[in-house]
Amino acid sequence: MSGIPHDHYEPKTGFEKWLHERLPIVALAYDTLMIPTPKNLNWWWIWGIVLAFALVLQIVTGVILVMHYVPHVDLAFASVEHIMRNVNGGHMLRYIHANGASLFFLAVYIHIFRGLFYGSYKAPREVTWIIGMLIYLAMMATGFLGYVLPWGQMSFWGATVITGLFGAIPFIGDSLQAWLLGGPAVDQAALNRFFSLHYLLPFVIAALVAVHIWAFHTTGNNNPAGVEVRRGSKAEAEKDTLPFWPYFVIKDLFALAVILVIFFAVVGFMPNYLGHPDNYIEANPLATPAHIVPEWYFLPFYAILRAFTADVWVVQAASFLTGGIIDAKFFGVIAMFGAIIVMALVPWLDTSRVRSGKYRPMFKWWFRLLVIDFLVLMWAGAMPAEPPYSDIALIGSAYWFAYFLVILPILGVIEKPKPMPATIEEDFVAQYPDAAE
Amino acid sequence: MLKKLALSAALVLTTGGAVLAAGGGHTEDIAFSFEGPFGKYDPVQLQRGLKVYTEVCAACHGLKYVPIRTLADPGGPGYTEDEVRAYAAANIEVYDPDLEDTRPAKPADHFPPSNDPNAPDLSLMAKARAGFSGPQGTGINQLLRGIGGPEHIYSILTGYTGEEKEVAGTVFYENTAFSTGWISMPPPLFGEDVEFDDGAPNDLHSEAEDVAAFLMWAAEPKMMARKQAGFMAVLMLSLLSVLLYLTNKKLWYPIKHRGKQANL
Repeated sequence: MSGIPHDHYEPKTGFEKWLHERLPIVALAYDTLMIPTPKNLNWWWIWGIVLAFALVLQIVTGVILVMHYVPHVDLAFASVEHIMRNVNGGHMLRYIHANGASLFFLAVYIHIFRGLFYGSYKAPREVTWIIGMLIYLAMMATGFLGYVLPWGQMSFWGATVITGLFGAIPFIGDSLQAWLLGGPAVDQAALNRFFSLHYLLPFVIAALVAVHIWAFHTTGNNNPAGVEVRRGSKAEAEKDTLPFWPYFVIKDLFALAVILVIFFAVVGFMPNYLGHPDNYIEANPLATPAHIVPEWYFLPFYAILRAFTADVWVVQAASFLTGGIIDAKFFGVIAMFGAIIVMALVPWLDTSRVRSGKYRPMFKWWFRLLVIDFLVLMWAGAMPAEPPYSDIALIGSAYWFAYFLVILPILGVIEKPKPMPATIEEDFVAQYPDAAE
Repeated sequence: MLKKLALSAALVLTTGGAVLAAGGGHTEDIAFSFEGPFGKYDPVQLQRGLKVYTEVCAACHGLKYVPIRTLADPGGPGYTEDEVRAYAAANIEVYDPDLEDTRPAKPADHFPPSNDPNAPDLSLMAKARAGFSGPQGTGINQLLRGIGGPEHIYSILTGYTGEEKEVAGTVFYENTAFSTGWISMPPPLFGEDVEFDDGAPNDLHSEAEDVAAFLMWAAEPKMMARKQAGFMAVLMLSLLSVLLYLTNKKLWYPIKHRGKQANL
């Protein structure tokens, strides 16, 4: 797929020409920053910048925190208190890092649901979508590993529960869990490797982000109308697009500044709002907390994990058909990972050729229900695993799978889309009549 | 009653959601001076709380994460360094591995750990317990009232009913604020347990309030610096937002009004 025609970097001075022949780095930066971007992008398109900012924020604060943190079961909790009390600015660094994870996940969820509504996953952007899902998985791993490091009660018991998921895999589970933890239980070996991987994965994410950007810079951005930029000539493309700099950089920075006002209000005035009080109690392998609850950003999938108990008929059927190899616990694990896998496969599950949800009258409602479903699952995940919450979680889980596996494939066939604008320019002018030339 | 966990789905889009554990027992709401974005610790109250801690709580409980020198740090009880030195020497004995013996504490030492192995360390107690779960368990009122940790401590200290029971050789005391209703800690405060230097009231409720405030400071000694930094960040970023809004508007104006300009 050829890119959108646009001006390319021309080295002018002698030095620029000399460098360009040896390393076209200025050209790379220029082409990346001046990429033609659909001019009808709305405010849902600002979360990419927020995500890039959050990644850098987490890496910078994390690298400094590591200078003072001690990954040892007897010293980790005390070293975090050392950061909070004795390190200059340490309390701000830690609170920014802890709440930064929440900002990161808030942004990624909105970014993902934006993609789901506007059909950003559809051809030719499937690879961008798949890489995005890999980034999301790496983020979840990083968030989980990082939450273990302060070595509080929720750190310890969260790690025990989550690694226990791998223990549910038939035949190899116990060995796999011991291999992951470096021993029979969460202990020094686990803390050391979690620390190592928590430091490594953000750089893997950074590399994946570069590929993610490379992929959508190749195909061009999707946009709210879901129609492609005209590529016949440079003049034609320029009617549909504007260069990323300065038009979208300034727009995105404005949005980022507003989001950071809220972020710093949380960090400054209620930094423990999203945390769990139990994590201010040092890890104690002998005392189990009354409720083990993951961080808010894992709750929807935690609800799906817990929803499939032994009395659900699909679980019983699976158990019967496999001769008991798939029990309720393993079914829950499959369901949890399956919930993310069906989302990753959405480019091939959605049969509609219309990209944007704006022009899909039936899809719109099912999509809204999916957003509500996600929030309900998040709420159910925080509740005790007992009726009525377990029933609500089961219905929510069923809808999640139904949306991707049943509703999207059928809708593409039966739905009659509304008329769409022929070009991005037309969509833009419909929004800003004065923009018509 | 077991701890209940609640989460607000409605809040997720605005603040990123909330997970908050709330004590099952009843928590009394106290209007502490340090609540809200502009709340500050009252140094005199923290000094009174330190006195209650030193003369009553420290018999069993420790504050092992709190360096004694921080009593002189800004945003705390506001002692001078000399006062802290005198306080440490007069009130605290620490074990010195070099001497293989105890000696009077110096400001560089930490408060000692708990004397009684069953008494939890109090360094972080005000953050390790949440008193309020807020409307529908959202905890949104934390912005104005804090997490409710010091309120929980106050409620425990004042929540004894006087009833006792013995289970398997351990005596439990009925307490309306404790999650299970029965706590193994005997009532520590009765009123008039300490004489305050400033002549402030030393009834049970005043003492409990003062020591709860002190323990909040012990758990979050940089709170005032944090709020100030947060306030500056919010102010500066709001200003930046306005400037970027105006820049963005001006930048896009010719794009959104291309046709009109051409006709002018």
